[in-house]
Amino acid sequence: MKHIKTVNAETLNKTVKKGGCGECQTSCQSACKTSCTVGNQVCEQKK
Amino acid sequence: MVHQYKNNGLNIVLDVNSGAVHEFDEKSYDVLAYVKTKNEENHDFTVSELEGLYKDSFFEDSENKEILDELVELTKTGLLFAPDVHKGLLEQVKERKTIVKALCLHIAHDCNLACKYCFAEEGEYHGRRALMSFEVGKKALDFLVANSGTRRNLEVDFFGGEPLMNWDVVKQLVAYGRSLEEPHDKHFRFTLTTNGVLLNDEIMEFVNQEMDNVVLSLDGRKEVNDQMRPFRNGSGSYELIVPKFKKLADSRNQEKYYIRGTFTRNNLDFGEDILHFADLGFKQMSMEPVVGDESDPYAIREEDLPVIMEEYDRLARLMLDRERVGEDFNFFHFMIDLEGGPCLSKRLSGCGSGTEYLAVTPWGDFYPCHQFVGQEEFLMGNVDAGITRTDIADEFRGCNVYTKTDCQSCFAKYYCSGGCMANAYNFQNDLNGTYKIGCEMQRKRVECAIMMKVAKKI
Repeated sequence: MKHIKTVNAETLNKTVKKGGCGECQTSCQSACKTSCTVGNQVCEQKK
Repeated sequence: MVHQYKNNGLNIVLDVNSGAVHEFDEKSYDVLAYVKTKNEENHDFTVSELEGLYKDSFFEDSENKEILDELVELTKTGLLFAPDVHKGLLEQVKERKTIVKALCLHIAHDCNLACKYCFAEEGEYHGRRALMSFEVGKKALDFLVANSGTRRNLEVDFFGGEPLMNWDVVKQLVAYGRSLEEPHDKHFRFTLTTNGVLLNDEIMEFVNQEMDNVVLSLDGRKEVNDQMRPFRNGSGSYELIVPKFKKLADSRNQEKYYIRGTFTRNNLDFGEDILHFADLGFKQMSMEPVVGDESDPYAIREEDLPVIMEEYDRLARLMLDRERVGEDFNFFHFMIDLEGGPCLSKRLSGCGSGTEYLAVTPWGDFYPCHQFVGQEEFLMGNVDAGITRTDIADEFRGCNVYTKTDCQSCFAKYYCSGGCMANAYNFQNDLNGTYKIGCEMQRKRVECAIMMKVAKKI
């Protein structure tokens, strides 16, 4: 494309296939404790 | 839903429902903005609706038409104006049997610092000073194992107050947890949140051997830290703590820890505190906005937001500059994994408080999370009786990005998952509410995080 560069084409829908195992870290156990940082967490299956 | 914004000279477009990220040139950025005005209700389009715009005189211009071609192409591939198809998954997530996978153990309701913003009120949580006994902690770990279903990785955070004030019990509980692993096919991930006052070589050695993560509380520059994190006699804590934290971070190879600060309206230039961490040699850092009653003199006010927004932008640019010269570091709140990251199930179910994550008081009571401890209406049960108020768990399980009205039109909803339940309750007296100042800051952090990814990729 001439005007638009796609930086990330991995769609959230694709994560459904691998997702839901629940083995990942709970967000407040990392470094927040006073907000909510789910988007910062790492998928356990990617480790 | 499409969110477009400019940051650091980049024209960034986030397609909210697909998670796709694009960088537009100036002309296409303006064309997209124009297109969105053609559906004033929700600014969304199907492919055929977009194609219908070719009749618009605006697209008689050949370059505008060329850009619309590109928008149509992206929409056809599901990377722009993607519909929200996630709600169906939410039903599956809600129907799943709830298991508990993480406990925040309040190992000590006591503290050797007197931080002015402490939501635990110097460790006491609206209650009495108390240390958790090994027996109570043991029952909590037994409860966790018994209620964790097939989940193998279990998390236990030693929290307080200051957990090092009850260090022997921490060590005993780690040993007990390890003894449960093989017979139950579980793996404990222990973490520790500490102010560092009592850290010594023996504790550091144990921490490095047993703790998956340590959160080290420090607010930044000496004058900033010492203003809010004094000892009970009023003297500052920086000089005592910083050498210990540096030693511990180095001994963990600068991994698996966070140096974690809190910023207040006293240091809206908190980027300087994060850079101070970096200059001290730390590589993993977090800096949370203080959460306090608006009557607190240090609380973040709405009028502070423009300065805070600019500070996040400045910090993001500075981090990119430092990375270019090999002085990179991680800032927790700008961490985002666009290609992977948490799955949709996780993003829809939120932080898990009150369901898969519980806080345990020194005497064994369960609360939905550490921030609810001491609010008796949220007392859910205890280590002897288990969860007796399943209605509270159900209430928490029922809250998500779709039940929160304010989240519907927010581009950041799949990154914060509806935000902090405690903040929602404390500011709006409603678990389905939101903490608007917190939301504004969260949105800016997501924008900065995405900008940094884009800047590094193009």
